[in-house]
Amino acid sequence: MKYITEFRRSELAQGLISHIRHSSKTPARFMEFCGGHTVTIFRYGIRQVLPRNIEMVSGPGCPICVTANADLDKAIALAQIPGVIIATFGDMLKVPGSRSSLQKIKADGAEVMTVYSTMDALKIAADNPDKPVVFLGIGFETTAPTVAASILQAEERGIKNYYVLSLHKLCPPVIRTLLDAGEVELQGLVCPGHVSTIIGSHPWEFIANEYGIPCVISGFEPLDVLQCVDMLVGQVEKGESKVEIAYRRGVRPEGNRQALKLMEQVFEPCPANWRGIGEVAGSGLKLREKYRRFDAEANFAIKPGPVVEPAGCICGDILRGVKTPADCPLFGRVCLPESPVGPCMVSSEGSCSAYYLYGEGRGG
Amino acid sequence: MCLAIPVLIKSIEDKEAEAEIGGITRRISLWLTPEARVGDYVLVHTGYAINVLDQGQAEETLALLREIAEAEEAG
Amino acid sequence: MEDKILLAHGSGGRLAHDLVAKSFVKTLANPLLDKLDDSAVFEVSGRLAFTTDSYVVSPIFFPGGDIGKLAVCGTVNDLAMSGAKPLYLSLAFIIEEGFLLSELEKIVNSVQKAADEAGVEIVTGDTKVVPRGSADKLFINTAGVGVIPDGVDIGGDKAQVGDKVILNGAIGDHGIAVMSQREGLSFATTLKSDCAPLGGLVAEMLDASQNINCLRDPTRGGLATTLNELASQSKVSIRIEEKDIPVREAVLGACEMLGFDPLYVANEGKLVAIVPPGDADKVLKAMKNNKYGKDAVIIGEVAAKPAGRVVMKTVLGAHRIVDMLVGDLLPRIC
Repeated sequence: MKYITEFRRSELAQGLISHIRHSSKTPARFMEFCGGHTVTIFRYGIRQVLPRNIEMVSGPGCPICVTANADLDKAIALAQIPGVIIATFGDMLKVPGSRSSLQKIKADGAEVMTVYSTMDALKIAADNPDKPVVFLGIGFETTAPTVAASILQAEERGIKNYYVLSLHKLCPPVIRTLLDAGEVELQGLVCPGHVSTIIGSHPWEFIANEYGIPCVISGFEPLDVLQCVDMLVGQVEKGESKVEIAYRRGVRPEGNRQALKLMEQVFEPCPANWRGIGEVAGSGLKLREKYRRFDAEANFAIKPGPVVEPAGCICGDILRGVKTPADCPLFGRVCLPESPVGPCMVSSEGSCSAYYLYGEGRGG
Repeated sequence: MCLAIPVLIKSIEDKEAEAEIGGITRRISLWLTPEARVGDYVLVHTGYAINVLDQGQAEETLALLREIAEAEEAG
Repeated sequence: MEDKILLAHGSGGRLAHDLVAKSFVKTLANPLLDKLDDSAVFEVSGRLAFTTDSYVVSPIFFPGGDIGKLAVCGTVNDLAMSGAKPLYLSLAFIIEEGFLLSELEKIVNSVQKAADEAGVEIVTGDTKVVPRGSADKLFINTAGVGVIPDGVDIGGDKAQVGDKVILNGAIGDHGIAVMSQREGLSFATTLKSDCAPLGGLVAEMLDASQNINCLRDPTRGGLATTLNELASQSKVSIRIEEKDIPVREAVLGACEMLGFDPLYVANEGKLVAIVPPGDADKVLKAMKNNKYGKDAVIIGEVAAKPAGRVVMKTVLGAHRIVDMLVGDLLPRIC
């Protein structure tokens, strides 16, 4: 398949691995922010082929994982309002909230439908004009523009029963918070590929300029991640810190202007609550006043009940890169993919899920 | 972050397109990439094209990786 | 005859008798079934393999087959995986009131065609009709009986260190073909289910070698789940190489789109054979001579450790665990 198979070729991978091993002398800790990169790294065994002086640590770039229990409870409460249809990405179904999960209330009769796209959610709304359809807006800057587009389409088509619960979050602000907290020392950042497709490379410059940390924007195939590590090593060995784009076929420095325009038209920044990190100013998105009629928060009486955090769960520490799943007493014993305690085990891009499925921390 | 895959645009109708990968065809939205044309490869995330893939850049990247591989083999 | 199935069709009365006579017996005709006694009576000698299955696939018609073909092939394959020659099947329908007669006839025709190809007979059956809403269109339950030839001793716990692991062809076709028809996952594909009866293939493999240790068909849960089951039962490790596992481009494309791993997608015409290294080549050769084995390939081998685990070598040369499927496959967003 074009643009996929070429970036998985074994002989090119061997060349990169060899180059990294030759060039990398300085001990370095690189964080891959994005859950998608965590999956690639584990799925192909990239940690195993890197030299010992390079340590990879996973960051909080999994939108499901960083959704706070309070927000999940809101979604569950909405789903329990009689007559409301919830449309959501599949990953959200099994995440445990304070008392329940979307999957559990679905089994009890709540109308919760899994969709692949907001296009599907709009169709459900159009097909069920008498019922409110609420789309759970989860995701970072890659997804937010698609949700903005869906609201504009609802407006265009006169669909009056479509709503969005915006739980969207922005990446650069939370990276600043993480770096300011100083819990993990980083010598490089693997920057999210598709978030950068939307926002471009300039929003990451503060990381290189103010914190002196090399940044390379990476694609998601194994060759992409290896090339990114190779370029980070290059900066480390030269004592440089700048933002580079490795993922040139997918990212332009200016990003996607149209997507940014639609996102800014429909949403405005607001504070957001990140699991394990707390409230981060300007890191969330809420619907602008003009689009209030599409805002689930403004149009429904949502009563989520008191928040209960799962006892013993250290997802927060894992999301900040301070601990690994192997450090968690619940991991692999009580917290399993079929019975997750926290979201890092549920999300297909959570660290714990990747560790478990691909064998690390289980003597694999 | 975010699953987005490269697909080929086979036909366009208003702001939507039929796109194909490995013989699978799917309807996608071009709301975020109004500049996309039939024959372009686009990255699709949750049913929306987010970028027109740059063929030239892809080839340059692969050429660079080939250079590295050859140098490593020789060296 | 009515064009829809009514509750009366399952009641045992005139309407039910007509349905059985005109729809089932006429199409599936064989001496045992034609007798229409309460039980089919026959003699077999040797070790028997006996299996049962229920089929609730949705949608009931999909590219490459339907629930009828699936019911026959699935049952026949379960028997074949014990090394048995499949002989007789039972077939029980649970039909939702209002089901179209024309669709029922299509399915019965599929059953007959599949049974013919597999060389089995449907010798006894049952029909129940339930009120609208009590069943999703049509459910099928089967049981099957086959005879295991002398000298054949196949079991999930018999894999030995050093054995080769053989797969008869590309994985993931059935799961993706079925998913392509479901609402909510809307994409068009020319991919067909690989649904097929493997009794003939297995017979030829057993002709080539009496030393085959394990046979299993990777249905729900895919190849990964099946290999894990075998590793667990035999208390061995199974090591496979990513680059050796055949997957069609259409399946790869759909999996990319939906965030699935082909290793976990269901198959209905595939088998895994675990064979001593000395016999691997002749078994492979026999497989390649059969319609359902022409793409057969060795995908790995059996090792001692880590016991109970499946380990895959990735294209980077690194190793990772392949676990069994947990829960359902859910589409990813990111």
